[in-house]
Amino acid sequence: MARSPGESLPAQGKLPVVLTINGKRAQLGVAPWTTLLDALRDHLDLTGTKKGCDHGQCGACTVLLNGRRINSCLTFAVMQDGAEITTVEGLAANGSLHPVQQAFIDHDAFQCGYCTSGQICSAVGLISEGRAKSAAEIRELMSGNICRCGAYPNIVAAIQQAMGKP
Amino acid sequence: MNYIGTPISRVDGQAKVTGQAKYAGDVNVPGLVFGAVVTSTIAKGRIKSIDTSAALKVKGVLKVLTHKNRPALPKSDQAWKDDIAPGGSPFRPLYDDKVMFSGQPVALVLAEEWETARYAASLVHVEYAAKPHITDLQAAREKAFTLKKSKKPRGDAAKAFSSAEVRHEAEYFIPTEHHNPMELFASTAIPEKRGKLTVYDKTQGVQNVHRYLCSVFKKKKGDIRVMSPFMGGGFGSGLRPQYQVVLAVMGALTLKRPVRLMLTRQQMYGLGYRPASIERLQLGAQRDGTLHAITHEAIVVTSQFEEFSSSDTEWADRLYKSPNAKFVHKLARLDVPTSCDMRAPGATTGVYGLECAMDELAVALKLDPVELRLRCYSDKDQSVNLPYTSKNLRECYQQGAKAFGWEKRNPVPRSMRDGNELVGWGMATGVWEALQMPAAARIVLGANGHAEISCATSDIGTGTYTIMAQVAADALGLPIENIGIKLGDSTLPQSPVEGGSWMAASVSHAILGVADEVRKTLFDAAKKIKGSPLSGVKFEDVTLSDGKIVSKKDPARAMTIAHVMRERRLDRIEKEKLHKFKKDEKHARNTHSAIFAEVKIDEELGVIRVTRVVNAVAAGRILNTKTARSQIMGGVVWGIGMALHEETAYDHKFGRIMNANIAEYHMPVNADIHDIEVIFVDEPDEHINPLGIKGVGEIGIVGTAAAIANAVYHATGVRVRDLPITLDKLRR
Repeated sequence: MARSPGESLPAQGKLPVVLTINGKRAQLGVAPWTTLLDALRDHLDLTGTKKGCDHGQCGACTVLLNGRRINSCLTFAVMQDGAEITTVEGLAANGSLHPVQQAFIDHDAFQCGYCTSGQICSAVGLISEGRAKSAAEIRELMSGNICRCGAYPNIVAAIQQAMGKP
Repeated sequence: MNYIGTPISRVDGQAKVTGQAKYAGDVNVPGLVFGAVVTSTIAKGRIKSIDTSAALKVKGVLKVLTHKNRPALPKSDQAWKDDIAPGGSPFRPLYDDKVMFSGQPVALVLAEEWETARYAASLVHVEYAAKPHITDLQAAREKAFTLKKSKKPRGDAAKAFSSAEVRHEAEYFIPTEHHNPMELFASTAIPEKRGKLTVYDKTQGVQNVHRYLCSVFKKKKGDIRVMSPFMGGGFGSGLRPQYQVVLAVMGALTLKRPVRLMLTRQQMYGLGYRPASIERLQLGAQRDGTLHAITHEAIVVTSQFEEFSSSDTEWADRLYKSPNAKFVHKLARLDVPTSCDMRAPGATTGVYGLECAMDELAVALKLDPVELRLRCYSDKDQSVNLPYTSKNLRECYQQGAKAFGWEKRNPVPRSMRDGNELVGWGMATGVWEALQMPAAARIVLGANGHAEISCATSDIGTGTYTIMAQVAADALGLPIENIGIKLGDSTLPQSPVEGGSWMAASVSHAILGVADEVRKTLFDAAKKIKGSPLSGVKFEDVTLSDGKIVSKKDPARAMTIAHVMRERRLDRIEKEKLHKFKKDEKHARNTHSAIFAEVKIDEELGVIRVTRVVNAVAAGRILNTKTARSQIMGGVVWGIGMALHEETAYDHKFGRIMNANIAEYHMPVNADIHDIEVIFVDEPDEHINPLGIKGVGEIGIVGTAAAIANAVYHATGVRVRDLPITLDKLRR
């Protein structure tokens, strides 16, 4: 639908934002209409975080914001000034994979790999929330992350392994 | 063999779990320009005018391309035909003022930033002259036509049906479905030196896209390189080149700068889809459960400008003996994009109709549905009157039924309960083709005992990287850690598009073929070494194993590959070979399955849950039991979506899709999926190919929706014949 441009175009001027991403401080200038997802992907070359819908419907863009899992397409980068963000690139430490990453490989919890970053960040967030005890609860609380390849049973098994449950 | 047949983890797993795998829209290069597409809001008509002035005023906008100012494009249909284009005149973006479907691209905005491009795209003002359109299959069915002359019917199905002791006749409907891979369709086109272009594209066939782009943009073979090392889900949607790759290249050539165009999820509903279809079945049987007549007629959607057609109707000939059979496949033209392949095209929809009809016939005959299928079991593909290379479907029924506990089923509808839920058990048969294509592979073996294997195939999540490494490691006798795989690059050895479940067989035998050449070279070199333990040994008697070239008859006669290469001063052995399968006109080739499903349905609310699925599959040799299981599991999840969730909903008044997003186009989420058990039935196959591979990408979905629909009937006594089975349909 065509809109009239109006008196002034939306602000394209850049605003300074400081984010701590995967333990590293990043200073960037972004337009206010830049989502956190696009800031990560297009401005910081952290393309591990994926765009699957841009509407908070698929979960592929899930990152950890101050330890909490969020859809990074549903927040502007400027709203997160000063925040600590962990993306899939920041989960492995000292050259070894995060237990959730390893469990995803062990259980073949992905196929094409496109939803995987979001699934893994979501699973890390889920485990730290401590709410999911049973397989049914994992399924329910992981339902914001769509996997079109249909790896769900393997994702549940991987999360159970990472939680230290059989 | 050390690796073939084992459940090794994906060799590309590390790249995928760490976010290092680069997809088509992940390539960041300096000076990158971002594209945004404007799409049509009418389904049919003409563009009267496009006003791009407001968009061009936005700071950061570089160019707005429309049919008025685009670069020259070829006129002939032939120039726009990709390798698997159906008959007709292919769609070409920004070609002229004609609008042929809602969501058709009409302008491309190119800007310094994505947000700027997207905003400016909203300012492009298009005036249309709309014409009357049609998007409803039911309204177009009377005008449906057959593409080619239908095959001669066997016997007289109509007569046999009318004289049959028990008859079942019904019509089944499957709505349009969209693939919705998680990755958005994206292309990044990067101009290189001397007018060359590298294009990262979301595709299931880099060489198909390469040939297509060279043809459309009149480029020489060496001028364009298409890359797709990772692909975020295809399911058929990436078999044909999509319009975003044309627009990205058009933008890059116009601006002489790199351009990324990533479609939005909404815009992806303007690409191909599984066509809605009407499946009409007539089954005539005798009281003993033998079939005497099968008629299957399908009416399937295509566009006004191309004739996409897949085989919906002849599957009964592969499964059930019947002296009389008639199959008719019709197409109905609508003002929509051209339909395309989507996971087991034709079979998914056709077998859904057939297997629900068989269930209804079993009810009419008061026969167990498994027993009915065994009484009609066909050891031949009746359409060509040939036996199978292998067919272990009987074992699928037996092992699947046993694992599921089928013998405890009370056949009476509404007879089984769990608290306030009705329990239903249903089953169905699945069938798909076991196809194989010519493919080439290259092996570069280094003196350090590492080998690089390459082929222009794709890994769309199917596990191609992994099975290639397994086959190569076994063929070269090397540890799998020493094998590197390269794929998804149009400059690599020849590959067909990745689809039809043919890639595992095709690329595996390409690797075996070229590994033989490597073995020959090593053998010739080994024999020349003074005092060679292999002198006098015949080539047929040597194998590569544990890093050695060794006599099969006398394992003491062996030399390490490293030693041979060092002695003969060979830094590397590089071989490439095209492999073609031997023609076999004496056998039919198929995979088969038996699916058993349990549903639990809240009696008051009608909420349906699929609590258990057992899918027993006979698909020849399984190369990797871990990734193959995932393929079948994924197919079952798709079948659950098809049965209960998926439907592209049109507003026929506007000819537009109403639920073009993944919140309103329902797909299974984690909470929808419960226990799925996959059984691979042992199926040695000496005829199909040396390794006995049949492929598993598609068989998992075929029949699954029917098993669920049949379980819903068993639970409720309500037969819903139009998918998806939503709770309102149980109440009507």
